Order: sequence, then structure tokens, then C-alpha cells
Amino acid sequence: MIKFTLNGKPVETDAPATVRLLDFIRDNQLLIGTKEGCGEGECGACSVFVNNSLQNSCLIPIGSIEGADIVTIEGIMESEQFKILDESYSNAGGVQCGYCIPGMVMASAALLSQNPHPSETEIREGISGNLCRCTGYNMIVDAINLAAKKGDGLWQKK
Amino acid sequence: MNLKNISTSVPRKDHKGKVSGQLAYISDVKVENMVYGVLYRSPIAYGKIISIHLPNLPEGYEAVGAEHIPGPNYVKIIKEDQPIFANEWVNYIGEPILMLVGEDLDILYRLLDEVKIELEEHQAIYTLEEAIKQRSAPGVNMASYEFGESLDTITSIELKAHQIIEEEYDTGYQEHVYLEPQGMLAIYKEDEIVVQGSMQCLYYIKNALVNALACGEDDVRVVQSPTGGGFGGKEEFPSMMACHVAVAAKAVKKSVMLVFDRSEDMVVTTKRHPAKLKYRTAIDKEGNILSMCVEIFLDGGANVGLSSVVLQRALLNSAGVYKIPHFHAKGYVLKTNTVPNGAFRGFGAPQSFAGIESHIGHISKLANIDPLEYKRKYLVKQGDPTITKGNFRDPILMEEMIEDLLNTSHYKKKKREFQQLNQQNQRYKKGIGTSLFLHGCGFTGSGERDHIKAKVKLVKSKDDQVSLKISNSDMGQGILTTLCKIVAKELDLPLENVLYPYPDTKEVPDSGPTVASRTTMIVGKLLERAAKKLKTQWQTGVEQEVVENYVHREMIPWDEKTFMGDAYPAYSWGVNIVEVEVDTLTGNIKLEKVYANYEVGKVIDERVMKGQIDGGLAQGLAYGYLEKMTSKEGKIQQKSITDYGPPTSLDVVSIQSKVFDNPYADGPYGAKGAGELTLIGGAPAVQAAIEDALQTPFQQIPITPEVIVESLYVREGEDG
Repeated sequence: MIKFTLNGKPVETDAPATVRLLDFIRDNQLLIGTKEGCGEGECGACSVFVNNSLQNSCLIPIGSIEGADIVTIEGIMESEQFKILDESYSNAGGVQCGYCIPGMVMASAALLSQNPHPSETEIREGISGNLCRCTGYNMIVDAINLAAKKGDGLWQKK
Repeated sequence: MNLKNISTSVPRKDHKGKVSGQLAYISDVKVENMVYGVLYRSPIAYGKIISIHLPNLPEGYEAVGAEHIPGPNYVKIIKEDQPIFANEWVNYIGEPILMLVGEDLDILYRLLDEVKIELEEHQAIYTLEEAIKQRSAPGVNMASYEFGESLDTITSIELKAHQIIEEEYDTGYQEHVYLEPQGMLAIYKEDEIVVQGSMQCLYYIKNALVNALACGEDDVRVVQSPTGGGFGGKEEFPSMMACHVAVAAKAVKKSVMLVFDRSEDMVVTTKRHPAKLKYRTAIDKEGNILSMCVEIFLDGGANVGLSSVVLQRALLNSAGVYKIPHFHAKGYVLKTNTVPNGAFRGFGAPQSFAGIESHIGHISKLANIDPLEYKRKYLVKQGDPTITKGNFRDPILMEEMIEDLLNTSHYKKKKREFQQLNQQNQRYKKGIGTSLFLHGCGFTGSGERDHIKAKVKLVKSKDDQVSLKISNSDMGQGILTTLCKIVAKELDLPLENVLYPYPDTKEVPDSGPTVASRTTMIVGKLLERAAKKLKTQWQTGVEQEVVENYVHREMIPWDEKTFMGDAYPAYSWGVNIVEVEVDTLTGNIKLEKVYANYEVGKVIDERVMKGQIDGGLAQGLAYGYLEKMTSKEGKIQQKSITDYGPPTSLDVVSIQSKVFDNPYADGPYGAKGAGELTLIGGAPAVQAAIEDALQTPFQQIPITPEVIVESLYVREGEDG
């Protein structure tokens, strides 16, 4: 039996330890916001927080997260921080096909909670593990910049 | 909607669902009684299937193959050359032979490993070079066209010329890397099969299904799921997957889901055609161009698919944006036993523009004139004939756009500064380069008039909401928003009262595929007209419906046989300037600045347009120096995103862009096509910048660090 917390709720499962966290989230918990883009930890579409750190859930066997605190996009959707990111992505035009976006939003939140006022270079580095094929990234960089400004002070509350 | 200017941005209609991840793409869908499919694919590049041995299949697991196809065994596109399930000959590694279906994917993959196949292997053609050598052999030349001034005239000009410049130019594969891998689901019902998935062209799929299932129009239905990027990759390829899942669903009487993982997607789906372009240009003593002959070879892969149409666009753009005296061109699609190539944003034009911009740039060196100055001498003007004796009838703003971008980028100053800098700095060299380009909007030639015959419908409900009934897909480019905006403005309705549900062929007429930068210009115009019509008939609280049909504005009629006439109703235009820094030790290229001016008639939404500019340019620039895909003995060598190398946020820089207004009478609010244009100038501009930095000509893209180091090594040898 593997036990951990998912979006604040305790989870217990007897699924094999080798099941990918990504599949557990999508198939067992039916949470669709975590997407699979590559299955090899290259694209970041499946980004989640594991004990507050940004990770690719496709690379994590659930056996390795005993006792951990897992948060998916669904787990942050009601937060003030998410509302600011939502608005900023809309205003900056950061969303096109949308497939990379939940992962990108997770990466943005992770970056801003560590560094509430990142420079452009720091933003580019912060999302460099998340691929987007539609936007050429610039409008996503703008969105994060905007979120940093709008959410001044909010990011370190956690 | 009371926007003073249609271009003013509005929030995207699909924003909420996408930013929260709660909008369901096809892989997020689960239906009752659903099984998965996995494909058994050819392990060899060319050969005959002798026998297939299936393992013992556990209960609930079944094999589906050619024998289960009710209709003819081919995927209906243009020619009948791609089997749904290959059962006699295989023509490329990865060609689907059969499908295993069942509940558990792990079990399916294990069973797939146990399938045994006996094959008689034949000598395959692996490369375009081999295909060019064997092009008179039966079946190798899959399509060809030739047009322009007679070769006799060209020869007589060449005889009197000061010099003949001959160049060969090679372009590589480009992979779409849409973030959402391909996926398709067939939902089984007693009286119909509903095929749902990631797609650009609903009616291509529907037609392929009616053919494969040998069924009536009402027996199949195609529904678009939210589509996570297309770029052409979801133009014709999904038709094959749709046939697979639909045939399987009919055979096993269950709903069948087929979703590729990334490596399967990279290895078996269509790509941008690798090409070889040959130029033969006569110049006089002053370096003026007297005549030009262009020969284009496209690697079609194992079937022709859409390649003949891609070749047409490559040829139609073979003179770039220039008026060349005495021009002749011919082109071929050649068969190789490799994964079939197909549609990709730009559709043959990116290869041609990379080639012609490179060639003209190289000639300018001989003439000892700055490349941009030289190019401007030949720029087409309003009223000039096209290379197919059509006409550039609308105003062309290129001169104004170039002048503006020269000022924005401080091109001349930079050019001088970089020369000095490069003399002082041995290791890092800076360069600045330009590209000039256009894109013919809409289908090539008479496609809209003869083949597509688009039809749109607006349906008004009792509560006065208006729904768009069209078969076009939003794949991220934003038409869910922009097309609604056109209708809302025309009807003066709030944007939220105009709806555009994901299209379903049961509900929508065929307004054509989502390709060729045609959606805004052609479908948008029809919607604008439909909205105008609805406005005159408007009755509050009453259900109403209006339909509009495509009307062709006849210009100089296009004749595909002679390749003469107006190939496109309108053109969009662009200028790019790129600055790079090259590390001569490692060959690494760093993008420093990117400037871009475009003219697309009228912008329907500024933010959406900027998204197209930034995203298209990122793909186009990367095509020139970053993205490299190769095939070895018929096998694609890059099976993961990292192996291939599309740009990350660290590879791209902020792009300074501007869009010029030049309203086009037959586009909604004056809009022309924009989606493909933005990609086309990237690669040639980056090449020109690298050449400026190193003062070395290149004859290929991508110009990777290996290519750079090799060229410097060769030059050192020559200098030494």
C-alpha cells in the first residue's frame, strides 16, 4: 500500500509501485489537467509539484512518493496565485493550442514562488523545461512578467 | 460587439478551459466499452509480405487487418497509394500492417512483440540522392511539373551571358512536434461510427471513412476534439488513423482508441519534405540577372499523399518575391522507401524561399552589392506578372516595409559595426541577415472553385444566440475567437452570444479543410457575408438559418496542365531581419535580435496575430539552424524531442514585429492569410545572418554547429 497526499487529500493505493504518477493522476484519479506530451521528461506538459518542487510526473513511479505531498493544476485552481496567472496568460496571449499550458502554469507558479520578481532571463530559465510549439515562448514570458507585477507580494505567502 | 477596430484584441474564447487544463483533448476522453489499439508496423523499408503469425490472443483481444476493411484498402487522399493495412507489399519502415485491440495497453504491447512476420525483402531507395539517380525507373517519379520560358530562349541567353552561376541547395526534414501527439477514437454504435480526435480536416476524414467502410454518408460522423497543435501534421495523416480505429470498431463492435506516444509519433507521421533545389542563373558583367532555371526535387517518401500539391507550391514560389527576366522551372516528387512526407505550415514554400533567398544572396556577392540592396532591384511590383503569367494586382507594400525595418533594426549601422567587431574578435562573429518573402493565400490554383466549394451556415436560436456551423478546426491558431469576432461585429452582438462549438460533420456543412492560410480569408469572408444576410432578415426570438456558398472571383484562370494563370487570389508579404552571434570554436549559433514586418491585409485580432508571428518565426528560424531530423536506411534517427531539438524558451529571443494594413477586397474586413507566412522568412534570414558573420556561403539548411565547424575547417584548408 502506497500512501501520499494529492491536492491536500490523503490517497492510498495498492497499484504497483512502478505505475507512473502521471498515469495514476489521469487514469486512477481522473484528473485531466496533467497532460502527456512525451513520456520522457522532456516537454514538461505533465508538470506537478512534489513536496513543492516542480517535477515531471511521467518520470515518477508512485513507489517513490510514499508520504509525499503532490499537487496538480487542479490543486491550485482555486488559489489567488492561479487567478493572477490565469488573467496574465489571457492578457499576454500566452495560450494557443493549450496543451502545454497547465504544465507551463505550474512552472510559472513554481518560478514565482521561488523568485517573485524574476528577470527575463530568469523567466526563460524557469520555463526552459517546458516546451511550447505554438507561441515561440515570448508571450508566455510576458504573461509571467505580468503575473509577477500583478501578484506583487502574493507569491511568497505560501 | 462594438469594437471600433476589428483588430483590437479580445480574450480567447477557449482560454478558461485551456489554462486550467480542464478542456478535454482526445487522450482525456474515456467512453464506455472502450478498448485501445496498437499498430504492428513494417520492420523493413521495402518488401513483400509472405505470412503473418499472430500469438495466441487472450480473451477480449483481437487482431484487425486488411481483411476487415469493408471497402477498398486505401486511405482516400488524392491517389490510391496508401493502404490502410498493408497486406501485400510494404513500402516503408513503420507502415501499418495490422492492429491489435484490447483493454490493457501493457498487454497489447507485449502481444505486439510476439507477432511474427515473414517478409521477402527487396532493394529499397533510401535517399533523395538515390531517387534522383533512379528517377526514370518505374514508380520513382510520383509527380512532376514544368513551366516558364522555353529552354531554347534560355539557352540562347546563356550563350551570350558573362557568367553562368550554378548552385545546389539542400533542405532537411522538419518535424511538427505539436505538443499533443496524434490521437483518434472511434465510438461504436449500432447505426453509426463516430470518429473523434485531433484533426485539421473533418471532411477529408469523413470522405476517407465513407470510402474505407463502404458506407453511406449518414453512417459515419466526424467530430473534432480540442486539437493541441497541428502545423499541417494533422492535415492528411489523421485520415489514416481514423480508418484504423473505424475499421477496428466495426470489426470488434467496441469503441477503439488509438493514441501515439511521442516516439511513435516522431517515427511514423508525415514530415516536411527534404528537398534538393538546383539553380542555374545567367548574369552579365555588372552582375545583373539575365535568366534563371530552377529544378526542385522533393523526397515524397513512400507514397504521394499531398506531395504533388506541395510541389506545386514549391514551384510557384521558386522565384521568391522577384521579377526574374526569362524564368524556367521544373520539379519532381520522387519516391523513397521512407516515411511519407506531407503537409507542414508553408507547404513547399519554406524550402523554395530558403533556396532562392540563399541563391540571390550569393549572386549579390558576385555583383559586389549588399544582398538586400541587390534583392530590392528585382522586387515585384503591383501589376507585374507572376512566373505563371498571373498578375500581382493588389498594392504591394514591400518597399515601405523594408525601409521601416531597416530603420527599426539599424541594419546599415549594424552591418558596419559587425564588420569591425569581427575583425577584432577571432572567436565570436556577429552577422545580420534579411529575408523577403510572400505567401499565396488559399488553395493553389482552382482548388477552391473546383474541389472545395466551401459552404458555411449560421444558425440563430430563439434566444438570439448565433452559432457558426463550419468544418474548420481551431488547433491553437485562434479561429474559435477570430471567426466569432467577425460574425459578432457584423451582427453587432456581444461576443458571448456568438458560439462556435467544436465541429461535428452531422451539424456542419463542408467549409473546407483548415489548411493553406485559407480559413480567415475564405471561410471568414463567407461568414461575414452570411452575417450580413442574417442581419437583413433578423427576427428577434425566432430560429433562423442562413447559408453561404463560395463564389469564385475569376481572374486569369488557372490551368494546372500548362501551369499558367493566377495561382492564388491574393498574397501576404513579409520581411525579416535577424542578428546572430556565431562561436567559431564550437559552431554554436546564438540568436540575438529578430525583427519582422508583415502585411496580411487586415489583422482580425492583434494578439492572435502576434501569436502567429512569434510562433511561426520560432519554427522558421529553428528550421534554418536548430531542428535536424535524418533518416538512415529508411529509419528516422530522432525518436525523442531532445534528439530532434525544437527551440526551448532559451533559444528564442523577443521579436520586434509590426503588421501593415493593406485591406483586401475579398477577405473579411480586408484580411488575408497569416498563419503560414510567419514561418517562411525565418530560415533564409538566419542563414543570411550566419553567412554575414562568417563570410562563408552555405548550400543547405539546417546550418548546425557541425556544418559550421566543417565549413570553417574546409575554408582553413583552402586558405592554408
